[in-house]
Amino acid sequence: MADNKQMVCMTCEPKGLCGGKGLLTLKEGAWANNPLAIQVLGICSALAVTNRLENSLVMGAALIFVCVGSNLLVSLLRKVTPYRFRMIAEVAIIATFVILFDQFLKAFYWDMSKQLGPYVGLIITNCIVMGRAEAFALQNPPVLSMVDGLANGLGYAVVLAIIGFFRELLGAGEILGREVPGFSSWYTPNQLMILAPGAFFALGIVIGIFNWIKGPEPEEKK
Amino acid sequence: MSETSAFVIFFAAIFTNNILLTNFLGMCSFIACSGQISTSLGLGTAVTFVMTMTTMLNYIIYHFVLVRLGLEHLTFIIFIAVIAAFVQFVEMFVERFSPKLYFALGIFLPLITVNCAILGASLFMIIRKYSFFQSVGFGLGAGIGWAVAIVLLAGLRQKMRYSNIPEPFQGVPIAMIVTGVLAMAFMGFAGMVSIQ
Repeated sequence: MADNKQMVCMTCEPKGLCGGKGLLTLKEGAWANNPLAIQVLGICSALAVTNRLENSLVMGAALIFVCVGSNLLVSLLRKVTPYRFRMIAEVAIIATFVILFDQFLKAFYWDMSKQLGPYVGLIITNCIVMGRAEAFALQNPPVLSMVDGLANGLGYAVVLAIIGFFRELLGAGEILGREVPGFSSWYTPNQLMILAPGAFFALGIVIGIFNWIKGPEPEEKK
Repeated sequence: MSETSAFVIFFAAIFTNNILLTNFLGMCSFIACSGQISTSLGLGTAVTFVMTMTTMLNYIIYHFVLVRLGLEHLTFIIFIAVIAAFVQFVEMFVERFSPKLYFALGIFLPLITVNCAILGASLFMIIRKYSFFQSVGFGLGAGIGWAVAIVLLAGLRQKMRYSNIPEPFQGVPIAMIVTGVLAMAFMGFAGMVSIQ
């Protein structure tokens, strides 16, 4: 997905937002520094909601919304926020966007809101959002910060969708609650993939594969 | 749900409904700080303490202030503020009265504000409609359960330092997979006690 966008943008002349910095930010956030697979941030929700693809997609959307919104607001207010109070300001901004999304889900998608349970509220303590606000939005202009929020949200959402896809496929033999022709008929669902251990295995393997694709240099060696 | 005794909830929160291994809360610090047993023990203690106290505080605030005033939609922001304020307060208090404990816990306290297990415990308490004593039992149990899990993983990771792991899987990925095995082991407790 990110690669595609890059190809399209490379062909046009670098100008304005798209060329130069905006593009770099997008690529950095969604691939090279993928918050979930490379930096291993915000894994709580990644593990908890990925038992079905549908949940993963909604959660991805929630994070994109919160990340873009909070990055924009933090960036707009960055000149007037006293340095000492920036943390509490960031938390308040993030919490506001999370409440917005939560109320939206409750109003229009009650079942989904029920299924996600406390995990929507827990986006507040999701390190990705806080990390981007702190590390990027505080130093950069609003539009670029929005791009950064979008990129990181996308990177998160894509990995979440991958994990959700495989867990639902292997755990229930279905995709988005529908049977897969030619697969569901002979495959015996492995309940373990839907339960907790499956989540850990799936995420561990996905991170491992990301590291493997990225090259031999291990991210961190403790 | 409301008939379950606080004691049952306490045990269930440690074993069958371990907040880390079945609800995946507090993963960030779980992975980052599980390198050594002593470190993880300190963090586990701090989390247990803060979690018990904040569930209690949040219960009181939610039922006696927010519900009375009809402000339930502010739950998230109030809870996170209570947790942050409480952690700050504890830090100052401990620093003033017990410097020894401060050095043991000190560095972990600020980390706890962003530990999702703490906020998660408070949210679960609301969603599952616990009574006051049930909430205390749940907060304490969940904290201890979290501490047990992180100490176990730290022990495993210390041993793993000598094993030959494929390069891309070193570090975080293998920790994840080991946690999966741990979660599988904890599934053996299922059915012993159960809470919703």
